[in-house]
Amino acid sequence: MSSHQHECDVLIIGAGGAGLRAAIAVVEANPKLKIGVISKVYPMRSHTVSAEGGAAAVIKSNDSLDHHSYDTISGGDWMSDQDAVEAFVQEAPKEMIRLEHWGCPWSRQEDGLVAVRPFGGMKNERTWFAADKTGFHMLHTLFQNTLKYEQIERFDEWFVTKLLVDDGRCQGAVAIEMATGKMHSITAGAVILCTGGCGKVFPYTTNANIKTGDGMALAYRANVPLKDMEFVQYHPTGLPFTGILITEATRSEGGHLLNKDGYRYLQDYDLGRPEPKPVLRSMELGPRDRLSQAFVKEQEKGRTLTGPYGSFVHLDIRHLGEKIINAKLPFVRELCLKYENIDPIKEMIPVRPVVHYMMGGIHTDIHGATPLEGLYAAGEVACVSINGANRLGSNSLTELLVFGARAGKSAAELVSGKKSKSTALHALASEEVARIERQFLKKTGGTERIADLRKEMHQTMEAGAGIYRSEATLLKSQGVIQSLQERFHNVSVSDASRTFNTELISVIELSYMLDIAEAIIQSALHRKESRGSHQRNDYPKRDDTTYLAHSLAYRKEKELPEIKYSPVTITRWPPGERVYGR
Amino acid sequence: MENLTIKEKRPKKYIRPMPIFWWVHRWVHIKFIARELTSVFVAAYAVIFLLYVRSIGRGPDAFADFSERLRVPALIVFHAVALLVLLFHSITWFNLAPQAMVIKIGDRKVPGVVIALLNYAGWVVISAVLAWIMLHKQ
Amino acid sequence: MQTHISLDVFRYRPEQESEPVFQRYEVPLRKDWVILDALNYIKDQVDGTLSFRWSCRMGVCGSCGMMVNGTPVLTCASFLEKFAPGPIRVEPLENFPVVRDLVIEMSDFMDKLKKVKPWIIRREEEEKSPATEYLQTPSQLADYKQYSMCINCMLCYAACPVYGLEPGFTGPAAIALAQRYNLDNRDQGQQERMELLSADDGIWQCTFVGECSAVCPKGVDPAGAIQRYKVGGAGDWWKSVLLPFGKGS
Repeated sequence: MSSHQHECDVLIIGAGGAGLRAAIAVVEANPKLKIGVISKVYPMRSHTVSAEGGAAAVIKSNDSLDHHSYDTISGGDWMSDQDAVEAFVQEAPKEMIRLEHWGCPWSRQEDGLVAVRPFGGMKNERTWFAADKTGFHMLHTLFQNTLKYEQIERFDEWFVTKLLVDDGRCQGAVAIEMATGKMHSITAGAVILCTGGCGKVFPYTTNANIKTGDGMALAYRANVPLKDMEFVQYHPTGLPFTGILITEATRSEGGHLLNKDGYRYLQDYDLGRPEPKPVLRSMELGPRDRLSQAFVKEQEKGRTLTGPYGSFVHLDIRHLGEKIINAKLPFVRELCLKYENIDPIKEMIPVRPVVHYMMGGIHTDIHGATPLEGLYAAGEVACVSINGANRLGSNSLTELLVFGARAGKSAAELVSGKKSKSTALHALASEEVARIERQFLKKTGGTERIADLRKEMHQTMEAGAGIYRSEATLLKSQGVIQSLQERFHNVSVSDASRTFNTELISVIELSYMLDIAEAIIQSALHRKESRGSHQRNDYPKRDDTTYLAHSLAYRKEKELPEIKYSPVTITRWPPGERVYGR
Repeated sequence: MENLTIKEKRPKKYIRPMPIFWWVHRWVHIKFIARELTSVFVAAYAVIFLLYVRSIGRGPDAFADFSERLRVPALIVFHAVALLVLLFHSITWFNLAPQAMVIKIGDRKVPGVVIALLNYAGWVVISAVLAWIMLHKQ
Repeated sequence: MQTHISLDVFRYRPEQESEPVFQRYEVPLRKDWVILDALNYIKDQVDGTLSFRWSCRMGVCGSCGMMVNGTPVLTCASFLEKFAPGPIRVEPLENFPVVRDLVIEMSDFMDKLKKVKPWIIRREEEEKSPATEYLQTPSQLADYKQYSMCINCMLCYAACPVYGLEPGFTGPAAIALAQRYNLDNRDQGQQERMELLSADDGIWQCTFVGECSAVCPKGVDPAGAIQRYKVGGAGDWWKSVLLPFGKGS
């Protein structure tokens, strides 16, 4: 079976917040360009839709860009590239206002101006929000706006299996059209990866089923390095069974975290003193990694509760009262009622840390360009890095807009100075079609179940590369992942059909996740320090002398990934101590 | 591998047609169809009423004659049924009114119940006025 | 205590058969499992060939809509025990062509979303976008907010008999989306959308069955949006007839 051929000027893979913003940026930069947007789900289903809390940008007079920069850099434990952060905070307010003009229903003050609220780790109030469904409104606003442009052609429910790279340039991709099973090659002058993170590598995650790190694996397999993969952010409050996120806003409105004795345990972990009203950057509004670490320590002390899905603690918002809960946190209440049959007005919410965000990702510069010419990346899939070792809540939604736009502009610029396409691309595509057939569709006799391999990957990642790591646990997990890679060759694909074969998609996603798991473990092994969300029991201190640098994981055929380092860009904020509650 | 000449079939989608009696399986649908069918009675009664008016215009003999013709059992039954049907029609209509009319006073929305009640009140008032006009003897 | 429950699942494999069949599966009956969890159990442990859409597992992405015992629901929000003792009939959303198993063809819906021009329309003679936000008070936001909550799950289209009988009908979600912009004080595009909405397959095809609003998992009330538009549209028409020199809306 051959592939069908398509062409466009800029190909965007992933139609979430970053991808859609990039598409609009390309059109605005050069309306003559033809843009293709591929997504394995319809755009409204992208995971951006689940984000709740808000998007940060400086607009109040008592705030400043430098404050936002400092909060981001210190929250990131000094792994953030400061030039990128400065550019980010400067463009953030403009992007947010642009989105408002496009119709985003930001919550407002009485006088009609956009309202902002406090958020964990931010010293000033600068988080824009649309009730508690910010991501949902941002995504739908962006999506509906892309419908205006005839230049944007969407390929909905097309699943990319390989990037087309030739002559040292990325020139397109090969994808399965899920509805028919046909394979297509789409050639382009530039490709932008906006496929999101990889939370599904872990068992407890807020991430949707689709967050399998596709773009990261695609770039990784094209020899583009993955940066800072060891930095996996846990959100301290997720529901135990489903991993559903209970938004940070629940804490910023005044919620308390209580252990099994009903004690606000965070005060034992250098996060300030308990006050009746929430205090910015203190106690429950401290940064996410510190809260997750406190949970693990409580668990070790035996002070957490145990349920059918593991350990948890309580998040108590009963004292806020019905009126405030219904006005400011209606979605939280709805989630608790619908999915765990709990009414937070009357009961405490069971929560535990869940994997939420990937600070690491495809290595890009501040313009969204990867080291591979023609390949760009933006959003959670990319690592610029602005989030460093720990992302502050409400920075990532803004990141989608700022870097989505930057990557779009950069791609448009590259393509406007056109280069001719390689002739080898069609042959490469045909090879890929043959590989998919051989490895999955025409394969018989496999004995390993996809779900079993996935479950073992989950168990070992949480045990070995979770909130706390050590050389021993990481080496153990590395061994398990390697054996899973071997066993993957024997995976059983029972569905050999073409029409909307979701098992085929699942098995390819699993292969992506195993590659990424390797990169995460290796990066974590090599970083012999603790910083932000990467905590080593055997190296508990931060080591700026050796490790004020980003890890870069390069894929090696049939070997463990190679880890190199590249220094963090420091401009105006020399490394300091992250302090909270003081 | 070039095989662009081979016509590749697109998989066939399955269409589930709607049967004529799609509405008999759920109570909500049956009520809906009943509500829609009230329009037949509304139309029929409107025609009779217009004939009534026309007969008045033609003088007392024409009017008496027309009234006599309406006294057959079939038409009395029709009028009784039509009254019940029109009551059903009106009640369902007024109950749906709040969904169709959103009224704000300043910044606050008037509650749906109030809008429905206003409609009922208007109905009662107009009916009372008409009854007074018709029953009031000179 | 019932420990298991049966699901009768609609299967359609166009490469194998031209007609759909129902396949029965038995799944564990857990208190906190929803229909979607049961389907995933089937796919992971029993029959990997079952195809269905899902993503967020929390009622916000809109992917997992299906007919369960004849009613369109989000399968991520429907607890298994609610349907005990079973068996539970799971089918793809009504009124849409079936691509495969529980997956429907949704391109018609996507086209209709685009047709209503769901974006802020401003009059041309305006100055370039201002440097600050357009003002919108909380009360003005409340005017359209409800209609902005649509997750595009298409349960309303599955519930709408008019859409089933007349596939050209613009439909509940699309019209509600149009109203979301019409009622947004920042938008000036009511005239532009009016032609489409007042067309034959626009609002006037709706006969206010009301099932769309009944099944909507987000309380959008598309039926209300449509009727309001009818009232508003009729009012506007009268105004244009009686006050031909009045300012257009």
